[in-house]
Amino acid sequence: MRVGRSGVAFVGLALILLWVVLALAAPWLPLPSPTAQDYAAFAHPGPSAQHWLGVDPLGRDTLARLVWGARVVLLLAPLSVLAAYAVGCTLGLLAGYYGGWTDALISRASDVILSFPVVVLYVILIANIGPSAFNIVIAVVLAAAPGVGRIVRGLARRLAAQDFIAAARLRRESGLYIMVVEILPNCRGPLLTDVCIRLGYTTIMIGTLGFLGLGLPPPSPDWGGMVQQAGPMLTVYPAMALIPAGAIISLVLGFNLLADGLSEAP
Amino acid sequence: MPAGSLLALLARRVASLGLTLLAASFLVFMLTQFSPANVARETLGAYALPEQVRALTRSLRLDDPILLRYARWGGVLLGLKADPLQDPRLGLHFTDPRGARYFGNFGYSTLFRAPVADVLWSRLANTALLGALALAVIVPLSLALGILAGLRPGGLLDRLISVSAIAMTSVPEFALGVILVAIFSVALRWLPGTSPLTTGAGWPLASQLVLPVAVLAIYDSGYVARMVRVAMIEVLGQPYIRTATLKGLSRRQVILRHALRNAMIMPFTVLMLQINWLIGGVVVTELVFAYPGFGRMLLQASLFGDVALIEAATLIALSIAILTQLLSDIGYWLLDPKARG
Repeated sequence: MRVGRSGVAFVGLALILLWVVLALAAPWLPLPSPTAQDYAAFAHPGPSAQHWLGVDPLGRDTLARLVWGARVVLLLAPLSVLAAYAVGCTLGLLAGYYGGWTDALISRASDVILSFPVVVLYVILIANIGPSAFNIVIAVVLAAAPGVGRIVRGLARRLAAQDFIAAARLRRESGLYIMVVEILPNCRGPLLTDVCIRLGYTTIMIGTLGFLGLGLPPPSPDWGGMVQQAGPMLTVYPAMALIPAGAIISLVLGFNLLADGLSEAP
Repeated sequence: MPAGSLLALLARRVASLGLTLLAASFLVFMLTQFSPANVARETLGAYALPEQVRALTRSLRLDDPILLRYARWGGVLLGLKADPLQDPRLGLHFTDPRGARYFGNFGYSTLFRAPVADVLWSRLANTALLGALALAVIVPLSLALGILAGLRPGGLLDRLISVSAIAMTSVPEFALGVILVAIFSVALRWLPGTSPLTTGAGWPLASQLVLPVAVLAIYDSGYVARMVRVAMIEVLGQPYIRTATLKGLSRRQVILRHALRNAMIMPFTVLMLQINWLIGGVVVTELVFAYPGFGRMLLQASLFGDVALIEAATLIALSIAILTQLLSDIGYWLLDPKARG
């Protein structure tokens, strides 16, 4: 793998793997339940022997909520990016390969969605259809698929003009076969970096929605929600908000460093 | 694009602006139908009887098909129809000093219990101040970082700046806001942690702007600096730069006279698109600092289900985004002779 050659990408991968391992191991780690309230811990909400990273304003163990929250974000972010890619690649291939009115229709519709400031689109969407894991995936697909589609369309247009596609047409291959078997695999390179960047950005978005009060409904552990709930305690116990904020930053940094390493690698 | 096409470009863009706004306003109108909130219920408040809500729903004809209601909303906006909520026969006492029928009538905000026009523009002005200050920091900072990094790609300074730029874009605005408040308001007590733009708490207005501007500027500068770096590396590899060097110009002259202007083309367009990002950024930043701006208003309206205000805010945000895109196209046309064909 090319990652090995770039120190930056290695650091990124290590950050991501750290959270992946913690998330996978969550049920077996000796941690309190992420939703159990320890009323005795209120007196000293800071780090202690029972609660290594302290507790949140409701007396729930911060470390347990971070680790279980990692499961949420590491499931939701890749799942929604995958779904956005499925829709985006389909639209991009159709627009780029067929051109004409198919292209015009898809491109104009994409332009409308891409004109929205991203956060505004998310807020309006989630505020109206309601906050849930499924609706977050829907929102990411709607917001990100047009961007993916635009990249794939450009690549598909360029590839469609090449000889091997003409050869495939002469062999009377179907449009579906040409798009999926001949064109799509050749888009891999540029899309790989884009996937990493989108994973990082989607992690930011999921955190932001949680912070705005539009994330997963309580009591699910949600990193952005943790920062929001600890906000009023910032003057007294800043660590309560800073720890989950640090968790989000480390994961996003991981995705972005990996993206940088992948794009610089030869 | 062919020569002399600036006018054609403008005409096409204005047409597409209109179409996009039409499509987007319908999209948002459709979306608000999924919301459990409804205009009649919100107008009357939480203690209204179900019969009262039903009666108002009937008077406002909220049971009509969606296309009909959308057309009616459009009619009010264009000043062709009077706003139904202001009808004195409803006895709601909603009155707009501008009259019931005028162009640009976004209707009545059920959240603020005031005409949308009264709420919208003052908040937009507050946000424009925030955005302008943020851009005033983003432009010089990202140019300086990007150019310094791009001069010697792969060098120590480049790696340092590049990794810092990635770090800057990896910190979500809300996390950055919390961190800055913890440092500068809680620990050091240098700056206020909230920015309500009133001086009651003893903080001068200027001090209230520092942290929100920093949050917006740091996140975006990292992104733009990376764009400037890429553009700079590309330009410095061009043959005319070698020619200029061989002509005997000093490196300083080569960079200032030849490289910079050409390296500016891509970042300029990126910077204009950045305004679209800033609009999103202000939603989060204004919430963190309780700033009385457009972004927080949009969030409040969305959470409350204030359809008139959501529609107005979305259309304004989209218009700004599309107009800056148009400006970026014109700038590109002026900066790059090749674009003129």
